[in-house]
Amino acid sequence: MKSDLARNEILDSVRKSLRVSNKDQQRKRVVLDHLRYHKRNLIPQRSIVDGVNLVELLTHYLKGQQANIIRIKNKEELPAAISEFLKLNNLPSRIRCGNDPHWDAIPWDQKPSLERIIGPANADDRVSLSLAFGAAAETGTLFLLSGPENPTSNNFLPETHIVMLQSSDISGPYEDVWTRLRKTPQYPAMPRTVNLISGPSRTADIEQTIALGAHGPRQLCVIIVEE
Amino acid sequence: MEPKSQFFLDRSSQALNNRELQDTFRKVGGGFAKKRGEARAALPEFDQLRDEARDIKDHVLENLDLYLEEFEKNVLNSGGHVHWAKTDQDACAIIAELCEKVDARTITKGKSMITEEIGLNDYLENAGFEVVETDLGDYLIQIRGEGPSHIIAPAIHLNRKQIEQDFRTRHQSFPADRVLDEPAQLVAEARQVLRNKFLESDVGITGANFLVAETGSTVIVTNEGNGDLTQCLPRVHIVVASIEKIVPTLEDTSTILRVLARSATGQEFSSYTTFSTGPKKAGDPDGPENFHVVLLDNGRTEMLGTEFQEMLRCIRCGACMNHCPVYQAVGGHSYGWVYPGPMGAVLAPSLLGIDRAGHLPNASTFCGRCEDVCPMRIPLPKMMRHWREREFQSGQTSAIQKAGLKIWAYFAKRPRLYHFASRQASRLFATVAGRKSYIRSIPFDSGWTAHRDLPTPQGRTFQELWEADKERQEKS
Repeated sequence: MKSDLARNEILDSVRKSLRVSNKDQQRKRVVLDHLRYHKRNLIPQRSIVDGVNLVELLTHYLKGQQANIIRIKNKEELPAAISEFLKLNNLPSRIRCGNDPHWDAIPWDQKPSLERIIGPANADDRVSLSLAFGAAAETGTLFLLSGPENPTSNNFLPETHIVMLQSSDISGPYEDVWTRLRKTPQYPAMPRTVNLISGPSRTADIEQTIALGAHGPRQLCVIIVEE
Repeated sequence: MEPKSQFFLDRSSQALNNRELQDTFRKVGGGFAKKRGEARAALPEFDQLRDEARDIKDHVLENLDLYLEEFEKNVLNSGGHVHWAKTDQDACAIIAELCEKVDARTITKGKSMITEEIGLNDYLENAGFEVVETDLGDYLIQIRGEGPSHIIAPAIHLNRKQIEQDFRTRHQSFPADRVLDEPAQLVAEARQVLRNKFLESDVGITGANFLVAETGSTVIVTNEGNGDLTQCLPRVHIVVASIEKIVPTLEDTSTILRVLARSATGQEFSSYTTFSTGPKKAGDPDGPENFHVVLLDNGRTEMLGTEFQEMLRCIRCGACMNHCPVYQAVGGHSYGWVYPGPMGAVLAPSLLGIDRAGHLPNASTFCGRCEDVCPMRIPLPKMMRHWREREFQSGQTSAIQKAGLKIWAYFAKRPRLYHFASRQASRLFATVAGRKSYIRSIPFDSGWTAHRDLPTPQGRTFQELWEADKERQEKS
């Protein structure tokens, strides 16, 4: 109740300071149009590339942000690529992931030693695997959506986060990814969480010295499937 | 946090005389500014993006009532709740009630300047909750009982030895003979301690860099991922944000994001930018069951329509303080409250009153670097001047300052006398300095020269050089 009162007081106070009335239809039209048309502002030139150049651009920035990049030719190579990465980093052959239908098409039986646990991560999980919805090459930024397919905890609790990204899902600027999101069947409902991830967790809070793995993953490994 | 801005003069001179603090500043100073310069150079459209970012925020502020209503509508549509708070105390009371309702014991927090502004930690602790800051810098100052000294690097005033001492005292369950020499070792220990807190937490509180009107989303930008663990593990996620954080669309948010990280840490993009909309959806295996947004006014609506409206464009990147010679010398704690540096010198008097924060707008050399680097092109020096005028009008200017101004005015109004006097002074300084280009101490004015050197006048005054140049041009 008190909050309702405060609501009206704050809105009245805004109108009084701006010397405007809430009956002004012209103002309302301008605002509603702005919200409806999703007009794009300036898009940096560097992000306007296509095809294989998008992969190169994305890879360039992700590497600059201390991510590992593995490029594979097709989805069938995923289990072997993950296994090798885990072995190389002395990590257990056990990964946490959601129930994304994309995983059904992966020949996991080629690597029977690689154990998959489905569901949101818990404190004991050391490695997780997610599927990226898309990516903006302009700064090497992955877009991950929450849901049972790719639970948000999997992006942050384990020390090592592996993300699979299909090259056809890479865009240049952020705006292209938002446009794709607006074309999903759920829209206008947004996922609970959209995570834009551009590297592993880091901090420079102690003497401005960068240390990885502040709270989230120490390692981010992006596997790009170039089909 | 009880504001101590009225003690700026004492606090800043203590900071200047604190050798350990000055050593720390020397060690880390300039790092952010250098990285920002590199990031700007790597994006040719950077300055154009700043213009657009400014225009977006100006448009929002002119229509703030309508955008707030749209934002609220879309939060409600996505299953969240919106609470409105006129003052800091109202906001604290709303949040405490939300925590009580779910029988919370442990509350984790992501980095939020707004919760510093409203003194939320003290309020919740007094109400019996355990409150844990999870941003590493915020955690470091929380265990020391200090406030932040920088808006994005709250513990920038500490060195690793001090942090090691704090950890040894505080983290008793770790072996006493462990090695904590390197930042990485300290970070690893904090990770372990805070990991348990994330898992125990009942309520997660974060701030918001942006509130997206179009979708009802709140956005946080971090590098550690602490804000994400804070909001995805507990049952309840509370977002505390001030009303001017509104941005219309995802496209507009993208534009401002392009200038934020580059201006702040000089990164192309921060590690984590997170858009949160409502509570978890049906079928989601994780995420909060309840999502609350607390919208805070606390004096902002009164800045609208005044010469300080443009300050509300601020996106809290910290570039102004990273480039401020005064901030770099005296540090954030001298400013006595949560917002230091040039942005604090404008914002603190607006929110606290000129009687309490009147010294801050005076702590400027008016070099203009803050405005040069501000991603939102906020005319900070101009606004500091407005505050100086208001301070003068309200009769708070000290007698010494007034006398000094009177003497200067006496000369300034008599051009011949002014030229003569400045010529004499310039010659005198040049003689005293000899061949040196800096004077290290002046008799009877050691207060000024103790912490800075006076550049030696090079013989001729500005007017003389001007005249000479004019003559030269006329001849050629």
